[in-house]
Amino acid sequence: MTALELHALSGREHSRAYWALVDCWNVTRRSLTHYQRQPLAIVWQLGFPIISVLLYGYVFGSAMKVPGGGDYREFLMPGMFATTMTMGFMNTATAVVTDAGKGVIDRFRSMPMAPSAVTAGRGAADLVVACAELAILAATALAIGWRADGGPLEAVGAFGLLLLLRFSLIWVGVWLGLVVPNAESAGGLYAIAFPITMISSALVAPSLMPGWLGTLAAWNPVSSTVTAARQLFGNPAAGGGTWVEEHALLMALVWPSVITLVFLPLAVRRFQRLSR
Amino acid sequence: MSASGYAVLAEKVVKRYGAKKGSAEKRALDGFDLAVRPGTVHGLLGPNAAGKTTAVRVLATLLRFDGGRAEVAGLDVAREPQRVRSRIGLAGQYAAVDEVLTGRQNLEMFGRLFHLGGGARRRADELLEQFGLVDAAGEGVKEYSGGMRRRLDLAASMILAPTVLFLDEPTTGLDPRSRGEVWDAVRALVSGGTTVLLTTQYLDEADKLASHITVVDRGRVIADDTPDGLKDRVGGDRIEVIATEPAGLPAVAKAVGRVAGGGPVVTDTPDRRVHAQVTDRVAALTEVARALQDEGIAVEDIGLRRPSLDDVFLRLTGHGAETSTATEAAA
Repeated sequence: MTALELHALSGREHSRAYWALVDCWNVTRRSLTHYQRQPLAIVWQLGFPIISVLLYGYVFGSAMKVPGGGDYREFLMPGMFATTMTMGFMNTATAVVTDAGKGVIDRFRSMPMAPSAVTAGRGAADLVVACAELAILAATALAIGWRADGGPLEAVGAFGLLLLLRFSLIWVGVWLGLVVPNAESAGGLYAIAFPITMISSALVAPSLMPGWLGTLAAWNPVSSTVTAARQLFGNPAAGGGTWVEEHALLMALVWPSVITLVFLPLAVRRFQRLSR
Repeated sequence: MSASGYAVLAEKVVKRYGAKKGSAEKRALDGFDLAVRPGTVHGLLGPNAAGKTTAVRVLATLLRFDGGRAEVAGLDVAREPQRVRSRIGLAGQYAAVDEVLTGRQNLEMFGRLFHLGGGARRRADELLEQFGLVDAAGEGVKEYSGGMRRRLDLAASMILAPTVLFLDEPTTGLDPRSRGEVWDAVRALVSGGTTVLLTTQYLDEADKLASHITVVDRGRVIADDTPDGLKDRVGGDRIEVIATEPAGLPAVAKAVGRVAGGGPVVTDTPDRRVHAQVTDRVAALTEVARALQDEGIAVEDIGLRRPSLDDVFLRLTGHGAETSTATEAAA
């Protein structure tokens, strides 16, 4: 193709919003092609939650108690869903730091594409993957006897809240990906991610923990999503009666909004600072 | 093209960094000037941290700058960065390609992001052909050799047939064969009319590719000339003697000094090397060889050579002074 042809194609007139959407889709498509090229990647990514389901459900399950009664595996599943959503920010961070280190982000920035697409496309791909993860985990859960008894609309609402948590953590992931120096140090973030999911109501009711730890767990944003999902799925919720647990539905909307309001501007600022 | 007639033009460009309240202001570029003629390879040389990469990043719209003026393909870099972006290509120090995707998928992805739409596929085919990657087009980039990655990286930077191509140390870390492949690709691009601004640490690379060279140090231009013009500044042919024993160096320096015509004699102790500029090549060689033989000083090698860009570089930047002791008589 001649330079003239290429420039005519590339210079087609469309609104900025049109190109922002098209560019975003192309960045999303790139990330999703990764899974097509490496189907094993999603298996590894899901291996951890599925093995956790089996370990906690069957190895510890019989020794675990749900305050207020109820089946532990029923109690556990919304916790595993939320844990998977929470750990997802690691995937975002790793992908961003890898692109930054290899100069792919610089290449994007030197191209006439919408700058917003670099991160928006990443986030959209992460949400698509999160939906796939939830579908596979839910199928596993159904296979071991978990049921959503709260009604179909409520179940959709619960999955919506789980995705909302994942959405808010995209921006934490993008920000971290631009802050940490390399992929190795991004791996070290597991040391933070793991306790965040453990010190929550995902696996054990906060009311069974020592007082201060229980308070910390109850106020953990992950807990609000987990408790709200349990309520919507009609699973045992084991609420400890504290204010934050009583208002789990509200807080499952508030926490992700707060996280987004803090980390989206931080991520955008960090991205803009690349040109300083 | 542009009113100035240059493909790239920088005038007194200043780029500050680390300028916080209280701390001393540092300048990565401190009144940087550059003028690149269309359709040429222009080398940008300088020691580490001289400002080469900063200059490229400023011109490629990746960094905002604090003073002066810059123009690329006739467009003002500060005022119209988005239009500049559709006229440039950039290949940095790492192959900025997606490791998981295949070579073809990479080129198609970048093509779509260059807004080629349905044309992205055709363009990818062309570039795979042009860069000799057709056979590897369906393989993941992870499987590529270093040279193939760089070629793919170059292909990605060429998608829009850019007017100006920025190559920031394109062959760093490559084996000689892969370097040759990259050089061939660059030559092919320039014969097609592209202007290339090339930064490199390898002086032979600049010598082979560039028709014009700008030497930068501490954010400023310290020389700007053709490779031959730069070499002429250093002077004519040099005699070079490598001593067998370090102990023989003073005697060698003395022998070389006799033919140096009062010019500086450089003793490079770690390499046991003594060299100086000479006017009459053959007479100098004969005289030094005879003198060394008479005094019974063993030498490993003795010869004449044209000044290299290394000599230019050392002379201009004064770097490498740690390893050489120059007896400056008249320069």
